[in-house]
Amino acid sequence: MTLLALNLDWAYLLGKLILIAIIISVSLVIAMYETYLERKVAAWLQDRIGPNRAGPFGIFQPLADGAKLFFKEEIIPNSSNKFLFILGPCLAMMTAMMTCAVIPWSSSLDFGHGPIPLQIADINIGILYIFGVVSLGVYGIMIGGWASNNKFSLLAAMRGASQVISYELAMGIAIISLIFVTGSLSLKDIVGQQIGHTWNIVYQPLGFLIFFICALAECNRAPFDLPEAESELNMGYHQEYSSMKLGFYLFSEYINMFISSVIMATLFFGGYDIPFVNTATMNPNLAAVLGLIALMAKVVVFIFVFMWIRWSLPRFRYDQLMNLGWKGLLPLALVNMVVTGGVVLWLHK
Amino acid sequence: MQALTTRVKEVDRKPMNFWERIYLPAVVKGMAITFSHMFKKRPTVRYPEQKRPFSPVFRGLHVLNRDEEGRERCTACGLCAVACPAEAITMEAAERKDGEEGLYREEKYAARYEINMLRCIFCGLCEEACPKDAIYLTETFTPANFARKNFIYGKPDLLIPNPKTEEAAFAEAKGLNN
Repeated sequence: MTLLALNLDWAYLLGKLILIAIIISVSLVIAMYETYLERKVAAWLQDRIGPNRAGPFGIFQPLADGAKLFFKEEIIPNSSNKFLFILGPCLAMMTAMMTCAVIPWSSSLDFGHGPIPLQIADINIGILYIFGVVSLGVYGIMIGGWASNNKFSLLAAMRGASQVISYELAMGIAIISLIFVTGSLSLKDIVGQQIGHTWNIVYQPLGFLIFFICALAECNRAPFDLPEAESELNMGYHQEYSSMKLGFYLFSEYINMFISSVIMATLFFGGYDIPFVNTATMNPNLAAVLGLIALMAKVVVFIFVFMWIRWSLPRFRYDQLMNLGWKGLLPLALVNMVVTGGVVLWLHK
Repeated sequence: MQALTTRVKEVDRKPMNFWERIYLPAVVKGMAITFSHMFKKRPTVRYPEQKRPFSPVFRGLHVLNRDEEGRERCTACGLCAVACPAEAITMEAAERKDGEEGLYREEKYAARYEINMLRCIFCGLCEEACPKDAIYLTETFTPANFARKNFIYGKPDLLIPNPKTEEAAFAEAKGLNN
């Protein structure tokens, strides 16, 4: 390829780098404002007002929180494994950011020099890539909990690891039945098939439900927040962490939530498709911007539902969690897969 | 057995049916309840902007009173210090000299009068003990401070403004404006 011959397409490379920078900074800003939204949603659901001191309606609250985290004392416990202790939050943050790479944010822009896709890499195994990177996320939790040399952190990390592994199975099988329907692993293709047609949620309602529950568990969100069960494990796997290292853990959780909302919107709700609007006849730039807005609207709804669930439901007990994962969701996902496969075979005959 | 109240609810110990076991209807119900709270009235009082009115018997910061002609009422009898259960009040008496009749109402007055606001429990017993109506408790909080020693309030902090010379400040301290 061009890369091997050192005959680089510099404009292409620069474009991609700019896109990466934009997407990463936007994800960070969104994660920041998710913390604000989380506090506001919690307040609304509990008849309170929420943060309203920093700026109008408290919109500068995340900035104040971030500044506070930076100024906190950085403590690395003497008995910890220093290298792994620092590696933990880095890994959590990195895996959270890496998933952005294959998401199609919108249709291509066009300024007269050919289309500029709003996707960093359209690889043909997009879903598998996301799945792989998300599984790596558990290493951040495991390494952080292990390196802290603290009983509670270690317990929480073990819980986190077993939870993520258990729910990844059901999630993977739910995705397999989705792939039966789409016939492609590329996220771009999956969105392309849904534009102007029915969304995948219509074909895979059960698959979506399983995927959604597993996404909650993968993001360590309530009611599956056992790795950071404050009331049982002091604070969970990041108990020994302070300052921005703690911030990275908390932040990666919010980025994960954002990314899983984007993935759910992409896989099941048409991605950047605007319902009942034909974008094919529009100016491509306008269509891309509107598509991005549509995707973000769907994402905000998902994020709200995530938070709504967190502030409504109590945490599962550990045996209940395992029961639900192995005896509930996994058989259900298998049945869903077999039925979907059968129906797809029958219809294609 | 006869129930003690009319609000008794029997505990249902039947084994859970299918819908109860899959847990989702209960989840939806719970989420509907929390969602309905988004539209309820918030009981929050946004404190520095909004203040709840105090009751007229509220016991706040102390004030040393003056009479109509602006003379200090306190005679340093020490009854308030004796009454004080927290032992927060100290004072030193002095004799009124000639020419000070406009400053002090009686022949004896308090040269030094201190209340330690960190010890004070705002019980109002000093107000009850005072035979001269010289000390009473207002509706203000003790304001925050950076050093402990600043919480020992002396006469300059406690004395009410002179009604003759500083009419506006006196009215405000008395709470006549609101």
